[in-house]
Amino acid sequence: MASAPLIELINLTKSFDGERSHALRDVTLRIDSGGFIALVGTSGSGKTTALKMINRLLEPDCGEVRFEGEAVESLDAPTLRRRIGYVFQGIGLFPHMTVGENIAITPQLLRWPKADIEARVAELLDLVELPRSYAARFPHALSGGQRQRAGVARAMAARPRVMLMDEPFGALDPVTRDTLGTAYRALHERLGMTTVMVTHDVQEAVLLADRIVVMSAGRIVADDTPGALMSGHPSAEVSALMAMPRRQAERIRTLLEASHSESLKYSAHG
Amino acid sequence: MDERLTDALALLADYTAQHVLLSAAALGLGVAISLPLAVLASRHRRLRVAVLAVASLVQTIPGLALLALFYPLLLGLSGLTLKLFGTGVPALGFLPSVLALTVYSMLPILRNGVTGLLGVDAAYLEAADGVGMTPRQKLLRVELPLAAPVIMAGIRTAAVWTIGMATLSTTVGQTSLGNFIFSGLQTENWISVLLGCAAVVALALVVDWALGLIEAAAVGRRTAPMVTGLAALAVGIAAAAMPVGGFHGRAYVIGAKNFSEQFILAELMADRLKATGERVELKQGLGSAVIFRALAGGDIDAYVDYSGTLWTNVLRRSDLLPREAMLGALTAALRERYGVTLLGALGFENAYALAMRPARATEARIATIAELAPQTPHLKLGSDLEFLGRPEWTALKQAYSLSFAEEKSYNPTFMYRAIVDGSVDVISAFSSDGRIAADNLVVLPDVKRAIPAYDAVILISPRRRNDERLRAALAPLIGAIAVERMRQANYMLDRDSDKATARDAARFLAVGAGLVER
Repeated sequence: MASAPLIELINLTKSFDGERSHALRDVTLRIDSGGFIALVGTSGSGKTTALKMINRLLEPDCGEVRFEGEAVESLDAPTLRRRIGYVFQGIGLFPHMTVGENIAITPQLLRWPKADIEARVAELLDLVELPRSYAARFPHALSGGQRQRAGVARAMAARPRVMLMDEPFGALDPVTRDTLGTAYRALHERLGMTTVMVTHDVQEAVLLADRIVVMSAGRIVADDTPGALMSGHPSAEVSALMAMPRRQAERIRTLLEASHSESLKYSAHG
Repeated sequence: MDERLTDALALLADYTAQHVLLSAAALGLGVAISLPLAVLASRHRRLRVAVLAVASLVQTIPGLALLALFYPLLLGLSGLTLKLFGTGVPALGFLPSVLALTVYSMLPILRNGVTGLLGVDAAYLEAADGVGMTPRQKLLRVELPLAAPVIMAGIRTAAVWTIGMATLSTTVGQTSLGNFIFSGLQTENWISVLLGCAAVVALALVVDWALGLIEAAAVGRRTAPMVTGLAALAVGIAAAAMPVGGFHGRAYVIGAKNFSEQFILAELMADRLKATGERVELKQGLGSAVIFRALAGGDIDAYVDYSGTLWTNVLRRSDLLPREAMLGALTAALRERYGVTLLGALGFENAYALAMRPARATEARIATIAELAPQTPHLKLGSDLEFLGRPEWTALKQAYSLSFAEEKSYNPTFMYRAIVDGSVDVISAFSSDGRIAADNLVVLPDVKRAIPAYDAVILISPRRRNDERLRAALAPLIGAIAVERMRQANYMLDRDSDKATARDAARFLAVGAGLVER
């Protein structure tokens, strides 16, 4: 018997303007434990709406979300959210709290013993590769990349099995973005977490996720592994979207080969 | 040092203490009501519109009127609680002052509270939800701390307003730094007025500084300035709450209306009681409509009123009796209806009279009110702030068919200025006023006896009716003050230079009455 999926989105429909347009239309998605799923699509495609329904930041008009087999509607929202890590678009660290206090919030809400919280904050700073002394700093004294590391640490503080990430690395410079993405993927593996990440960056999705769900106008238009999606899809929209990273990679390879043969030529003459 | 300054400084500690307690109570109550209301209003749009509209409306009511309005309101409430629980609530003094000031302090706290809470970035609210906060935790840990600078700015504004407005509570019988200002204005004792203003400003600055420390500490999350600020406020309030001198029983409360003669007579009565070792508190500057009800309600124990005023305003009688008969009827009616004791008449009258400059009167051939009447369409009347609304004025107007070209109200001091400089032709004067003789004015007799006699009489509250000490202390004043003596005493305060204090004038009266050695 196949085990029940960790998270199930069943026939979700949502409209923000009284049925004139739909942010989600009959979306159904099963997410198994241990997966790293990327939700991609243009802005307005419904990917963030779907993500926020998992921890009840938004409620569907129709349909149901199940978490560990239970309908989330029937759960107390704050309790549910304390079991799910959430990394925000634009970071969302509280400016009036130190980095340490920000990271400690969810364990504090869960009334962990003080000593455990302190140990956990130190452990998390190590994990996201921030110096422990940063616990006493306020968020405004950190760089963008450092803040996002702190944001990831805060989301992971209460050892959630599931992480929801909304454009987590969107505001960062490309180098920091790549470093953080890779570092997070490693953590995901090491801690055996389940991650659902919203991104509009297809390349990021291809490099980090093991399953990509493409959304368009409130519907799921494709759902497969990165490799399968890149090698072609019946929908023109999806193939165009997924062709991009491959085309870029091919161009880079051509450039690299060209420069390689140039250098060989120079060494032959030299 | 100037004697007026030393006299005023002697009162500074008590006035400041009362002012601090009053302002602190009002502001504390204002914050306690407004903050939760601001939180609710920030959640519900309709409530927000309604609450802010009401608070703004209240702000447009003049402060003095707001204070005065709480008096009848509390009086009604007092009647109700008396019926229900057997005890009334005090309608004068601390309670109405605190309520009015509380209502007044609410707008800045509400407005800044709502603005601050609505101004919190939505991203932080979603973050608070996302980490698993309940609505309550979100409010306490995220919304209020982030809105704190704006909220604190509102509280600081409210504090400064409240401390300034608290001066007005003098008019409903609550001692405050306003006592310096009101009695000083009345007697043109500018030192007293300046001292009162300076003390209010200093108090407001200190409180604003302390709140500023707390605000900065809250925003920067530093403990030291927070402790300093809170300690400064706590020490100030505690010091104000400390009783000056020991308590031995309740002090006698002597009331006074808002003019010089009343201040002098209140001091005179207070001196008599103090001479027997009693503690005395003065409630000065009460409106004449408020003061009798305050006495009947037991908020004050004794004061001097005038027979004609009581006859028309309290008993609502419009018939006229001869002087002695009216005193008798008044004594009986006040005891019967209100339980108030009329101890006796002091021996002089302070009647409403119409007065003119002699040159103007001679020129127009006016010697009595009857002769004045036909010329009134060409003449301007100056009156004190109450006269035009009083039944005596209505009676005079009807009896003589007076119709002045213009009728203007002044503070009594400025009324005398107006007749001297010719801004008005006729004024409503008081027969015991020293300025009539000093300004050489002619008093026009009421030949038709349209208005009653105004014997100054001592009234004692129902709760003190059997208090022999009080009666014994005040009895020697009965029939002991001649009108000439009273005029001189009044003039000691009302003259433009070399002003005496009310206490000096009271001593002068006591000497004249043979109550103390010179």
